[in-house]
This record gives sequence, C-alpha cells and structure tokens, in this order.
Amino acid sequence: MKLRLTASPADGRILPEGRFAGPMPWVIAIMMFLTVLSAAAGLSLGTAARGLSDDLAGRLTVQIPEPNVDRRGAQIRTVTEELGRLSAVEKARLVPAKEIADLLDPWLGQEGIDPDLPVPALIDVTLKRGNPGDVLQVRKSVQAVAPTARIDEHAQWLAPLANLLNALKWLSVGLVLLMALATTAAVVLAARAALNTHQSTIEVMHLLGASDNQIANLFQRRIALDALFGGLIGLGGALLTMALVGERLSAIGSELLGSVNLGWFSWIIILILPVLGAVLSTFSARFTVINALRRLL
Amino acid sequence: MAGIVQFENVGLRYGTGAETLSDMSFSLAPGGFYFLTGPSGAGKTSLLKMLYLAQRPSRGLIRMFNEDIVTMPRDRLPGLRRRIGVVFQDFRLIPHLSAFDNVALPLRVAGAEDKDVELPVREMLQWVGLGERASARPATLSGGEQQRVAIARAVITRPDILVADEPTGNVDPEMAARLLRLFDALNQLGTTILVATHDLHLLSRIGNAQILRLDAGRLSDPTGALRYPPREQAISGT
Repeated sequence: MKLRLTASPADGRILPEGRFAGPMPWVIAIMMFLTVLSAAAGLSLGTAARGLSDDLAGRLTVQIPEPNVDRRGAQIRTVTEELGRLSAVEKARLVPAKEIADLLDPWLGQEGIDPDLPVPALIDVTLKRGNPGDVLQVRKSVQAVAPTARIDEHAQWLAPLANLLNALKWLSVGLVLLMALATTAAVVLAARAALNTHQSTIEVMHLLGASDNQIANLFQRRIALDALFGGLIGLGGALLTMALVGERLSAIGSELLGSVNLGWFSWIIILILPVLGAVLSTFSARFTVINALRRLL
Repeated sequence: MAGIVQFENVGLRYGTGAETLSDMSFSLAPGGFYFLTGPSGAGKTSLLKMLYLAQRPSRGLIRMFNEDIVTMPRDRLPGLRRRIGVVFQDFRLIPHLSAFDNVALPLRVAGAEDKDVELPVREMLQWVGLGERASARPATLSGGEQQRVAIARAVITRPDILVADEPTGNVDPEMAARLLRLFDALNQLGTTILVATHDLHLLSRIGNAQILRLDAGRLSDPTGALRYPPREQAISGT
C-alpha cells in the first residue's frame, strides 16, 4: 500500500473540503487525550507494581517472640548465624531497638517501650532472589533452630495493593483498546460520510479508469492528516494534564505515590500514540473506502 | 477483421424485471464510426453502459480489445476503462473542479505528471473553443460549454474507443458540426467511435458512418433503415 502524506495540488483539489474541517480531527483529539491518559496510567501503575514486587519479593522479617531476654539473645545469635550460612540469603540485619521503638511509637507513645514489655526481636532478611524455594529454605532453617520464630514475607503484606495496581494496569490497557475501537468506529463513519459527499466524483473517477487504490489514497491521505493533527492536539492536552497531576502527586510526598512514574520506554510509547492513531485511522479509512468501491463494477 | 468490440447473444436485465436488452450480437471494427439510434427507452444508455464497462451483462459474451470482459477480474477493468473515452449524457463534470482540471482528470488518473498535462489540456480546451474558460467551474458554464468540456475530457487521452451519449444535444448546429469534425478527426487517427443520438441530421454528416438501431431492447436492421452502407463494412450482426 502506498501511503503519501503530501498530495499534489491537483490531487488535493479533487476532494475539496478544507483540511482539518469537520468534527473528525476534534473527535480524534478527544479520543487521543483519553487514550494517552489511560496509557500513562497503565504504564505508570505497571512500573509501580513492578517496583513494589521487586522491592518486596526478596525480603522477609524474622520475628523472635521469646519473652526471656537471655534466651531471646541466644536465639538471635543462633538464627543470625544460621541465616549467614544459607546461600540464598544476601543480608540479615538485626533491627536495632531504637528502630523498633520508633515503629511502635504511634501506638505506645513517645515515652518509649516499657522494659517489662516483651517486644519481639526483628531480623530483616534480604534474599539474593525472591523465589518461593529460597523462602521455604529460610523458613525451615530458621524454625529448626528457633521453633517459635515467625517469618513474614513482605510480599504477602502488600499483596492486595500489588494486585490492585495490577488490576488498574489491566483496566487501563482495556480502556486503551476500547479507545482504539471507538477511534476506528469514528474513522469508519467519517470515511463513509466522505464517500457519500463525494460519491459523484468517485463514480466519475472510477469510470475514467481510476483504480480502487488511487481513489482510496485520496481519502486515506486526508484522514491520516486529520488523525495526526487531532492526535497531536490530544497528546498535547494529555501531557499538560499529566504534568499538573504529577505536580499534585509530588506535593503529597508519599513514597508509594512517588513510585508512580514513567520510564523512558513508557514515554516512547506515549509519544508514538498519535502516530499509531494516524496509522490505525488510515487503515480503517482505506478498508472502508475499498469495501465501498467494490460495490461498483 | 476481428472487432475491437464483440457482443454475442448479450442480454441485460436489471433485478428480476424483463430484459432491457436482448440477444445483442454485433461487432465494432477498429477505426469504425457508428451511430446508435432508437427511440427513448429503447436501451441505448444501457448498451453504452456495457460498452464503457459500468455494467456487466446478465448473459452472453462481450469481448473488447480481445479480452473477455464478462469474466475478467474486477481489478483489470480500470486499465481497459482508460482506453475508452466517454461523453455522458448528463456530462458528469466534477462541479468543484475547473474546466481545466476536469479535462485533465483522465490524464492524471493515467498517472501523467503535471508538466505533461498543461499543454495538451490547453490545446484541447482551445480546440473546443473554451481556451478562455479554462479556470471556470462547470456551474458558471452554459450547457453547451459544459458539453464541450465533457467531450474534451473524453478525448484528451486519445482513447481507442469513444462512446458518446447525445454529445450534441445542448449545442447549436455550428458547434455540433464542429464537434462532429473533432470526432471525425479522432476517427481518422484510428479511434473507434460510437455516438448515441436522436439527431437524424447528424447521421448524414459522417460519410462512412454506420448505424446501429435499437428498438425495444433489440438491435434491429443495423445496416438498413436510415442508411445503406456496403454490407461488408456494416456491423457484422444478426
């Protein structure tokens, strides 16, 4: 298929409506605005979900709830030594009492922990990889030397949030696909309207020996330009909106929301969306026009 | 001599109605000049539609340029249409294009570059007496001027066959004679010409022209009623 975005002046005169006239470019602009926002949401949520998984997948906390201080100290040493021997463990760190006090501060107040309160010891464990086999190995090894120890996978705590982010990501993908479908439908309707408007011109060209391709090229070139123009307007609006939303997110200062961002690959996808929209529109217009022309002999 | 157009037992029916054209068998010789006459409703326009490849027959065989048109794949038809010039009864000029662009359209459809279009189109417009109206749009032209633009468009590519439906219907006798001379000149260059007309005066203006007469969808006495050309030059038909 030959796709030329520049028409000769003579070709341009055959379909006389002004370029960017009619509602088509603006419909495409609105579609592209929503598509870019949906795509940006999907891509950034995907990045956030991936980041969350990467952060949490290989991390465990070993709790040693032994109330007796001496026995607790002995268990801490035994467990730490045992963890040090395991090849799957990258790092094991005893959480200092000060950090534990800070964690409990919202519930116990700033006066600190009562020395008689049996606060469990915590050991942060970072695994080399986060696969389930390694987690199981750590669990077995720790419980062999400290049967009362509890092992919490960080991934389990935040699994509902990660699932929510994933669901939102797929929702965004679905929205992008729906927008593409709606854009295609709008282009098909616009192409049909243009065919009706120019029916007599098309019939004359057909009888003068114009091929279906020649006639389709006239329409697809115009629709490609309209779609590209509308797509760029929509992209501009969406980028402005994203900048404003990004500013508000930064102002919140949340660590979780701060991880909602776009990598360079996501930016490339977003920036080529208007081009993809124009290509989709061009093919839809071509398909519509060629199908209509096939009804002529 | 093999005909440039051959119809064998061709019938045409629209929908489920009666046949508009029946048992059409004739051939047009290369370089021949033919008039198609007959009363209104006889089927002249339907016959012309098959000749300029806007309509396939319901039955029978049509060969043009030694190709079977009836079974020819659709994507090969544009190439043949470019070898056929058509003057439509209702002109079918494109209203938003100037006279120049209307006449240039067949050249552009055939892939001619702009630089190769200018001179022949100017000359053709000059020839039909519209050199000064090249930039005028059809709505600003009189009926006769529109007809001349339509004729210029039909002959600009020097087609192998020219099919004209009442080409002198809207012009004065002087212009009609001039247009016929243009057709005759094209015919001398080898173009096969078929002119559908009600104007009986035209029939005597081309000395070697032959006549097809349609009555109620049937080709009747094609070499007899109005003129008596030698049998061997006439349409070899029923």
